[in-house]
Amino acid sequence: MSEQQTENPLRDAIAEAIRDNQVILFMKGTPEMPACGFSMRTVQALQATGAPFAAVDILPDPRIRQELSALSNWPTIPQLFVNGELVGGCDIVTEMYESGELHEALGVEAPAAAGPGPGETADAGSAPLGIENRLS
Amino acid sequence: MPTTDEIKQRIESAIPDASAEVEDWTGGGDHFRATVVSPAFAGLSRIQQHKLVMDVFAGEIGGSIHAFSVKTKTP
Repeated sequence: MSEQQTENPLRDAIAEAIRDNQVILFMKGTPEMPACGFSMRTVQALQATGAPFAAVDILPDPRIRQELSALSNWPTIPQLFVNGELVGGCDIVTEMYESGELHEALGVEAPAAAGPGPGETADAGSAPLGIENRLS
Repeated sequence: MPTTDEIKQRIESAIPDASAEVEDWTGGGDHFRATVVSPAFAGLSRIQQHKLVMDVFAGEIGGSIHAFSVKTKTP
């Protein structure tokens, strides 16, 4: 992510969140209560790796999604960022989970054979960010 | 509302030597799943491969196309 300041505080807050969190998921709803099947599947894959991740609910303010997609050049939600880079949405994360690449990308040990159905809800220690609160 | 055939044709004409299989996921005409095979994906990361496909529908995903699921492969 570029360090440049813009005239857009929301975009700056999103860029900062992406920069400050090694693993961050922008999703519809929360990890505890996903509001969309794609977000749910992505959260389940992340949780199944056991790696901690931050999560941002984009639903409270439609501008979050607008600015996020403008920043990432990616049209859909969810969006997973690792080390400041967009990794992908539900399709890519699910595929990476199944192949073991997600564990590798998150720096956790892959199980001998990752099953196709991430159903375990490990406590991933997610730290939901209150992006909207910083903007009020 | 785009049809699966339209989506298939648009992907195949936009990406070199691509062959696409497109299904309407829910039958509602706005959730699509596409599997695209093209030599153009060789050497690209997953996100770059998916972007090539997504870019064909720039502006429509999130609009008339509510959800678009992509799988990319090289021949």
